[in-house]
Amino acid sequence: MLRVVLAEDSVLLREGLVGLLERFGHRVAAAVGTAGELTAAVAEHAPDIVVTDVRMPPGFSDEGLRAAVALRETRPRLPVLVLSQYVQRAYAEELLDSGDGEGVGYLLKERVGKVEEFVDALQRVAEGGTVVDPEVVRQLLRHRRDPLSRLTAREREVLALMAEGRSNASVAEALTVSEGTVSKHFGSILTKLDLSLTDATNRRVLAVLAYLRK
Amino acid sequence: MSPLTLRQALVRRRYLLGAWPWRAALYLLSGALAGAALLVCVLLLAVVGGALAVVLVGLPLLLMLALVGIPVAAAERRRLRMVGPIPLGDPHRAPERAGLAAWLRTRLQEQATWREFGYALLFAGVLWPLEALLVGGVLAVCGGLLATPAVMAAVTGGEEVRVLKLYLADSYPQAFAAALLGLVLLPLLAYPLGWAAVARAALTRALLPSAPDGRDARIEELGRSRMRLVDAFEAERRRIERDLHDGAQQRLVALSMTLGLARLESPAEPLGGLLARAHEEAGEALVEIRELIRGIHPRVLTDRGLAAAVEDVADRSAVPVEVDLDLPERLPQPVEAAVYFALCEALANVARHSGASRAWVTGRDDGGRLTVEVRDDGAGGAATTGGTGLQGITDRLSVLDGRLLLSSPPGGPTVLRLDVPRVPAHLVE
Repeated sequence: MLRVVLAEDSVLLREGLVGLLERFGHRVAAAVGTAGELTAAVAEHAPDIVVTDVRMPPGFSDEGLRAAVALRETRPRLPVLVLSQYVQRAYAEELLDSGDGEGVGYLLKERVGKVEEFVDALQRVAEGGTVVDPEVVRQLLRHRRDPLSRLTAREREVLALMAEGRSNASVAEALTVSEGTVSKHFGSILTKLDLSLTDATNRRVLAVLAYLRK
Repeated sequence: MSPLTLRQALVRRRYLLGAWPWRAALYLLSGALAGAALLVCVLLLAVVGGALAVVLVGLPLLLMLALVGIPVAAAERRRLRMVGPIPLGDPHRAPERAGLAAWLRTRLQEQATWREFGYALLFAGVLWPLEALLVGGVLAVCGGLLATPAVMAAVTGGEEVRVLKLYLADSYPQAFAAALLGLVLLPLLAYPLGWAAVARAALTRALLPSAPDGRDARIEELGRSRMRLVDAFEAERRRIERDLHDGAQQRLVALSMTLGLARLESPAEPLGGLLARAHEEAGEALVEIRELIRGIHPRVLTDRGLAAAVEDVADRSAVPVEVDLDLPERLPQPVEAAVYFALCEALANVARHSGASRAWVTGRDDGGRLTVEVRDDGAGGAATTGGTGLQGITDRLSVLDGRLLLSSPPGGPTVLRLDVPRVPAHLVE
């Protein structure tokens, strides 16, 4: 069970998210509607994870994101999952730069529709994992063409799924291949990108993302 | 369409039937009378002021003489309305402070004041006698001829009268023939009278200083109104984006979430299958609305400015794009929007038409102007006309006094350079 502080200014979605989280046995310590209230609620409840919208009152710009980054500066270990109605590489980079990129997630808000995947991502972030929306990964992949052109289409798919913080088993399931195939693919990805192999999935994601952002 | 000015009226067939001949006569007559009055004023001020200058009382009078051009010019500008509606702008600046002293200082330092003084002297000395001669001559000839029978009856009891002091008429038929001649001459003389008035008005326009007004002012206003239109258009796009984002998109997310939760209950078929389909469709609708919103007005442009927004477009481009924008500060919103949409169009063209394998966007803000260049290694041959969307970019930039330069020789490479003042002249505050 996770104790969650939720910040979302749309009442409809806030209520929906509270229902969803409780349905999966988590507890919502506070559900607030502004970035200021978010900061206060985190100080009060010291939650296991923060889930926040990007665009919130008063400016309806990127208050939620800025609050999340500020929270991570004072509490680098605080897991934060940021939801946004649109993805921007710039936002993802700011989040990943906060702390050391561990325990952060940046997802399109519409991913909450796939409730199980969403709750799964929440769990991964709470455990210190890194979750980046496939849309962002796609942007990064398209952006960095040269070294990635060496990757095969299949390897890119594997890389994109890895970047979501998935384990080899999860990637294998998504692509309906064997786990062995996935680890073979990933090995060749790391070789092609001149990255060293480490055991933690999360480390690998960070390594790949760090490379892509260079 | 009825003529707007005397000059237009003169070349129409119906000139004589309208009010224009009378307006021309009135213009010249009022000029003659005003000029005569002005001559008296100028002489009085000069003589009395000059005589009293030694005892200092005359100095204000001489000052008034120097400034006499101002009211004269103002009256002349008003009088121009008799021959046409095109205004001649007042060239004088508003004084910086209130009070007579500030007003005097401003006026005496203005070149316009002295040009008007010169015009007043010319008017008083040369122009009005000519006008008087012309209009007086026409009135005297026609009036004299027309009045012949009446004069004959009144003065000599019908015996004889001298027509225009030239010819002696001694019978009523002769007198009436003279009157008839006057009637024929009147419309004929209306033409030279009209042209004289046109020439006189043109002289006024040429000699009097005018404000950056008239046509210039209208161009200025056009620039401003065009800017306001673009601005309103932009504000509307932002509003639509906000409404979609806060309304439809949020509701769709909530719907998708509810459907997702409903599916967790693993309902029996056919409900389960139907729910799955509804869930998928909601997901597709979300993708579509997200793309739609981004096309209307990308949020990142508002939040993070041009460089971040262009990077975002580059990320999504089918052709790899390298972005190097050196913009230390945020730019005014209209500039950001215009340049952003221009670059979107340019990059879309690169992907669609050029066959390029790479493209580069470079730009810098040198404080005064923003210059952005889009270069590709494609086949070239692009043109600003022919529906490539470049015309739209050009129009949009021109509102901001910006320019678009395109170099695209066959065989490439294509270089598109936009260049916009950092703060456009007509920027809406």
